[in-house]
Order: sequence, then structure tokens, then C-alpha cells
Amino acid sequence: MSDVLAPSESLGDAQDSEGRSGGGGLVRYVASKIAGAITSLVLVILLGFFLFRVLPGDPVQTMTRGRAVSPEQIAELRERFGLDLPLWQQFLDYLFGVLRGDLGVSYFYSRPVSDLIAERFWPTVLLAGSATILAVLLGIWLGTRSAWRHGSRFDKTATGVALTLWSVPTFWLGLIVLMVFAVGVGPIPGMFPTGGITSPDTPPGVIPYVLDVAHHLVLPCITMVAVIFAQYQMVMRSSLLEEMGADYLTTARAKGLRDDLVRRRHAVPNAMLPTVTLIFLHLGLVVSGAIMVETVFSWPGLGLLTYQALDVPDLPLLQGTFIVLAGAVVAMNLVADLLYRFLDPRVRAS
Amino acid sequence: MRVRSGVMAAAVGMIAAVTAPAVAPGVAGAETAETAESSTVLRVAVTQNIDSLNPFIAIFASSTELMRLMYEFVTLPSAEDQSPIGGLAESWETSDDDLTWTFTIRDDVQWSDQEPVTADDVAFTYNLMLEDEAARTANGNFVSSFESVVAEDEDTLVITTRTPQATMLALDIPIVPEHIWSEVDDIASFTNDTMPVVGSGPFILTEYRAEQFIRMEANPDYFRGPAQIDELQFLFYRNSDAAVQALRTGEVDLVNRLTPAQVDALRDVEGIAVNEAQGRRFYELATNPGAATRDGTPIGDGHPALEDVRVRQAINQAIDRDVLVDRVLGGYGEPGAGYIPPVFEDYHWTPSDEQRWDFDLDAANELLDEAGYPMGDDGVRVDGDDRPLSFRLYGRSDRAFDTQAGEFVRNWLGEIGIEVDLQIMAGTRLNELTGDGVYDLAFSGWAVNPDPDYVLGIQTCGQRPGADGTGGTTDAFFCDEEFDELYAAQLAEFDPEARRQLVADMQELFYEQSSSMTLFYENALEAYRSDRFASFQVQPDPGGVIREQNGYWGYYGAQPADGAAGGGEGGVSTGMVLAGIGAVVVLGGGAAVLIARRRRATADDRE
Repeated sequence: MSDVLAPSESLGDAQDSEGRSGGGGLVRYVASKIAGAITSLVLVILLGFFLFRVLPGDPVQTMTRGRAVSPEQIAELRERFGLDLPLWQQFLDYLFGVLRGDLGVSYFYSRPVSDLIAERFWPTVLLAGSATILAVLLGIWLGTRSAWRHGSRFDKTATGVALTLWSVPTFWLGLIVLMVFAVGVGPIPGMFPTGGITSPDTPPGVIPYVLDVAHHLVLPCITMVAVIFAQYQMVMRSSLLEEMGADYLTTARAKGLRDDLVRRRHAVPNAMLPTVTLIFLHLGLVVSGAIMVETVFSWPGLGLLTYQALDVPDLPLLQGTFIVLAGAVVAMNLVADLLYRFLDPRVRAS
Repeated sequence: MRVRSGVMAAAVGMIAAVTAPAVAPGVAGAETAETAESSTVLRVAVTQNIDSLNPFIAIFASSTELMRLMYEFVTLPSAEDQSPIGGLAESWETSDDDLTWTFTIRDDVQWSDQEPVTADDVAFTYNLMLEDEAARTANGNFVSSFESVVAEDEDTLVITTRTPQATMLALDIPIVPEHIWSEVDDIASFTNDTMPVVGSGPFILTEYRAEQFIRMEANPDYFRGPAQIDELQFLFYRNSDAAVQALRTGEVDLVNRLTPAQVDALRDVEGIAVNEAQGRRFYELATNPGAATRDGTPIGDGHPALEDVRVRQAINQAIDRDVLVDRVLGGYGEPGAGYIPPVFEDYHWTPSDEQRWDFDLDAANELLDEAGYPMGDDGVRVDGDDRPLSFRLYGRSDRAFDTQAGEFVRNWLGEIGIEVDLQIMAGTRLNELTGDGVYDLAFSGWAVNPDPDYVLGIQTCGQRPGADGTGGTTDAFFCDEEFDELYAAQLAEFDPEARRQLVADMQELFYEQSSSMTLFYENALEAYRSDRFASFQVQPDPGGVIREQNGYWGYYGAQPADGAAGGGEGGVSTGMVLAGIGAVVVLGGGAAVLIARRRRATADDRE
């Protein structure tokens, strides 16, 4: 989760080399970013095929192990999956399929990959999305407070706690959370379900359903927030510290502004830039980051689907999830790139 | 307070919003309590995916278990001793040449949509598998020797086989309704998820949410009589620790595939009972006795010394199975010898005292000395070509046994001058390497069915891969002419006693050859809420499993405990939840006040 790329944007690139201001430069800038994103996506699609072809294991062998099958049946399965074709032909079939928007049929589930992904996409977005929003809010708030009073006991505690939570294994933390809040320890009663996204016994109706899902969401969400909020907190803290020595803050204070206003109106907006970049870069990765949490809390999401597909390997399913997950990263990088230009006046100015 | 809400206020709001639904169990609990008066629900934790609801396609154990509940079989293993008894068939007879089987189909069975179940449905199911390649995906091998299947009238089914098949009463094929399935165009892509799914088994599938839960209702018209429970739910858990916790909170009533540590932790919990059942699996150390294709062309790179039966026998004597059961299984299992696990009493074979390879390092060393593998200076023996006896031992990373047992085996073999390089890898990688014959030793394990035919079959010469290296279903390249003759004989032997003797002879030969060595038979460990369920019908009875049976007896025979409440909610009172929310609100409010006060502070106050 921490191998985040810096935004590819450096101040120099953003200067319009021909000195024209505004429109043309902006269009060219956006066009070049979009072209870059499309190039990445094409590479993802090509890589998606070859990446999983080097995985060990023969899908047919895995699927038939432990059951009586004749050599004829094995040959039939290979033929059905198209594994008997030469590699170049398999590749072309895959490529034309992707271009048509057809991701193929999963070996194991005998269902279209796009259906399987669609089914599990929203649970993951719900979990990863709500956890990210909470983590960002918490991180920014704690980071700001820590930096403003850096060296204080609050700063030391907040930073220590955040770094500790960031370092613990997600799986372990998740199980602890499950033990304490779902099963109950000592005086703490078990308040939440041990897993899943809904209960079979929920009465029909929209409101009970929403409550039920929210009730199941609490523990996985808390676990995920605990693990990821530190990154936002640390970035916010360090960038605010950089701003705090700036002259304009002295000026603002000299004007007699309340401390709170100095922080909110002057320091934080400038310090937000790196944090916003980080948020968007992470948004793409957050889905894959949910795998562990999904496993602990039996959350029926995309991460889990991918993880299980690796065991076969269920090639069409792996290719499909890879394209979706990598595509999310590419898209979010693009958004971060574009957003940066609008957020940072220094990039816009020419 | 300022009108503009700060980040903090937003965060408090979010936390409160997320915590608020804790009220939900209070609400839902009231609902379930109402329904619990009238119905008994058995909730089962499932830790494996459902690959398909289509019985011709589904191969996972979890899916197969569902199919057993939804569809009746022609014959199935009994709960008591797993011998074949009638399902849809009330009786059967064979012709003098053993090629024609005539089944009489019961006339009191109906589909859940009230249509009668007839011999036509059975013939349709079997013929579909004969005609449609996709329909053979899951259970095709059962019909591979069928010449023809004909429904002579509504209750007479005639099957003709090409060769005598002693396994005809072990056809593990769910029978589907013709009036539904004859409409299906493409079996391979048919999902069979039109609820309720029309079936004839003890339970009817009424709701399925992928990776969330499955709901089944007891079939009121089931021909053996309706089950004692009204509803059966399968809840998906992604790791067994979470499933165990759900059993503790009462969210589920039944879990299986437990580890020894989990069983030990559950043993003394009030309201929970543990079932240590004899398992269907054996765990083995497979050698590479000279991997070859079906026509005998050597493949792979196995150590040539392992083609020498004496080397394999020495290894067999250098393994202390009692220690493995004790240390690797925590005592939950039995030391292995014969190929078929003891849970199958009819076919389990035990070596006599003089045949048995007891743990004896001295004898193993002696055997290797006699066989001409002198000890080298570095403590590793060499063969005739001065190749050191250094073997690779492969294990799977997703099976804890392999790492633990691997260390023991390495130490023991070190004592007899054999060097072991233990390599733990992904299961797919291991299968690939062993399938290509690129190994010396490997851990392996198989689940055995009541009919031993299949698990004996994987040790026959014909299961080795074809000339192109694919299509092999062999366990570990064992190939022995005498064994193959015995195998063919037992398949054609209709006298149960004579067949048992043939199967015993095969196991004796296999044990003597030590090509693969059975190390132990692990127990199947299960646990259930004894405060809600008094008992389940185990298979075999006594000592058997509740779940993953070869049949539906476990769930069908579930007996609710006296006065058991229906709802197993993780008890949280609404009052407690409200108190919690109150606390959050108070804390949030306090924080907001503090923040507001601090905001009014100026730089002067700070410095």
C-alpha cells in the first residue's frame, strides 16, 4: 500500500513552453494526460494476458483433481476452455474479446466474468469507499492538530498510535476487532455480526436492509480505517509543518487573526496539496487493499474473488479482475494529475 | 458555536452514523423471535465457495453437498454403514451376464412442483450425460461404461453396460426433473437459479446470494417424511476462525473442518458440543518410482534410487507414524498403513505383524547397506553411480501438515543416510511438478468414497499421462501389472465378499511396494450448538461425520433440542446499544465544545 508514485507533474512541465496562457495549454495538458492513461490501459490489457499465463498450475488439472475423470474428459475440458489452442490464438481471442467488452467465462463458476465482477464490485466500493472517507477525515484532522502543536503530548500520542496501527498486520488486527466487538470480551458485549454483509433473517424492506448492511459494515470499516488513516495523517502533518515556518503565517498572526483562522484559512489549504494527491493515488489501490479485511470479515467483495481465482488459476477471472483493478489505478492517477493542475495555483500560473 | 461545521463535527457525525445501526439487532431480533416460535432454523457455516448450482457442472464439496439436499439419487450410501440403499430405486436386479441392471423406481416420489418423479426423469438425466459433453463435467466417469439407458415404463429403468460394473450402486449422480431440464439449451452456461429450484430431495433451495447465504426449506412432501427442522441456512465465512467465533456467538449452529487447536478451545464451552469423527481422507508420502507416460516412456527427473523397492521400503521403516499423529495432528487421527481409511470398515486393510513396517531406523539402515548404498563420509549414502541419495521433498503451503511432517521426515531420513531438501510451495505448483514427474518425494492426500474403485484406480498404469504429457490422473506414477489385474477383477466382481478380498490383496501389494506410504488418517472435526440441537444423524453411525457426507442424513436427521429458541442472535439489548449511542453523542458534544473553545483562543494564548 505504500509504494505510491509521486504525481508525474513537476512544476517545470506545467509551464506552457510557448508562453501562451490558458486554453491551448490546458487542452494540450489534458490531452497528453488522457493519452498517457490510455497507453497505460493498453499495456494493462496486454500484460493481463501474459502475466497469468506464467502462473504455475494447469486449471484443468486443478479442477479435476480428486475426482474420477477419463483422459477424454480432460481433453474435453481443455477444448472448452480453449487451452488446446496455440498461445497466439488464445491471445487474439482474448484481445478481441476485451475489445468487444467480453471478458470471457470463468472456468470455475461457468458464468461470464463481467457478471461475477459486477456482483462483487459494489460491496468492495462500499467498504473501501466508506473506509477511505473516514480515514481521510480522521487523518487530516489528526495530522493538522499534530503539526500545529508539534512536540506536544497530543502530537506524540497521535503519531505513535497511528504508526502502530499502520504497522500491525491487517489480518491480526481484524481478528482482534472481531473477537472484541463481535464475540465480546469481559464486560464488552458482542455488538456486531462476525461476518458477511447481510443476515438471512432480516425482515424485508429497504430500511431494515440498509440498517442490516450498515450493521455488518461497522467492523470491517473500523479495521480498514485503523490500518490506512496513518498515511494521510503523516502526510498532512509534514506538509503543514513545512508551511508553518512561512512568512505569510507570521503576517496573518500579526494581523491579530485568531489562531484557528490562521490555521484554517492560511496554512491548511496550502498543506492540503500533497494530501489530496495521495488520496487520489490511493483510491485506485484501495480496492486491492481491501482483500485482507474482506477475508477476515467474510465480506463478499472483489478482493476475495481474485484471491480465490489464483488457486486454480481461473485465467479469465484473473484477467478480468486485473483489468478492472489496474484500470482503477490508471483512472485515479489521471484524476490526480488533472486535479493537481487546478488545485495548485503555481502549476496554473505561467 | 459557529455555523460552519468543522471537520471534527463531520467526523463525529460519520462515526455516530456508522455506530447507529447497532440498533438493528434490536429491531431484527424482535422479528426473528416472532418467527422462531413457529420454525426451527439450522444455520451452518460454509468456508468454501459454491462454484455452481448446476449439478452437472458443480464440483466443489460445498456445492456437491447442496446438490445432495436438493436432488434424490437412485441409490446412495446408508447412514449406518455406508452400504448402498435405495433412494429413488426401491429395488434392483442384474442379468446373468452382469451387464444389464434393472431398477424399479418408487412411485410415491414427487418433484417439489407436484409433478411425479418417474423412470423417465432418471433416464433423461443419464442420457443427457451420455449425449452432452458439458453434462459430463462433474460426474461423467460414472456413465463412461454405459451402453444404453432406457425407461421401459414409469417405474422401470434398464441400464446396459459394456463391461460388468460392480460400482453401479455407487452412482453419485443427482437426478433432475426432465420437464425443467429438457428446456435448457446450453448445459454449460445454465445457472439453475430460478427460485425455488425444483427438486425431490429433503430440502428445497429457496434463496441464494452468492458468497452471502443460502436458504433452504424442508420439503414437506419428501418421501421419507419431512425433516425435523423447518429451514436450513448456509452462511459464508471466509476463514475458519471467524466461523468458530460465529459458533460462539450463536450466529451459526454447526461448523466443520476445524483444526485441532480450534477443537481444543471449543471443547469446554457451554452449549457447544464437539464431534471428532473418523475422516474419509488419508495422507501419504508419495515417491517417484520412475515416472513414465502411459506407453512407458520415462519422463521427469526423479532420483533413480527410488525405482529400487528396497530404498522405498527403507524410507517406509524410517517414519514414525505415531509421532506424526501425536505431533502433527494433535492426536486427532490414526496412524496409517492400509490405503483405504478405517472409516470404511468393509475395505480397510491392516497389515499383519510380520508385514508391518514398524519404525526401526536400524533395520532401515541395514536394508540400505544390503541393497548396496554405502554411507559416504558426509553421512549421505551413495548409489552405484556415486550419486548421493539426496531427495527433494515437496509440500503444499496451504496445508499445515506438510511443513510440520516435512521436518520430521527430513530428520528421520537423515538418520538413515538420506538427505532431504524440503520445499514448500503453492499447491498448483506442486501439482504441476508432480504431474510432470519432476520430483523425488511429495506429500499428498485423497478423500475416499464408500466405493473404493476410484481411489484404487488412480494407482493403475492407464492413469499415467499420454504421450504429450497431459491427461494424467495418476497419483504418483505407480504402475504394477498384478495390481492392474486385481483392479480389473474387483470392478467385475459382483460378490461383495470376493470383491473385498480383491481390494485387500491390492492394498497388501501396494503396501509392500511402498511406492506411496499412507502416513495417517486425520479425523474430521466438527462442532455444533448442543443447546439448540440435541443430535444429528452421523455417517457412519456411530463415529461418523455430520457434514460432507455421502448423502443427506446429517442435516435431514437434525434433532432440535427441547425448548431451543429459534433465534441464535448475538444477544445485545437495545438498551445497551442506546446507551452506547448516547455515550458517542455525549463524547462528540464534549469534543465539539472543547474545539469551539480552543478556536476562540488566539495566538497569544498559545504562546
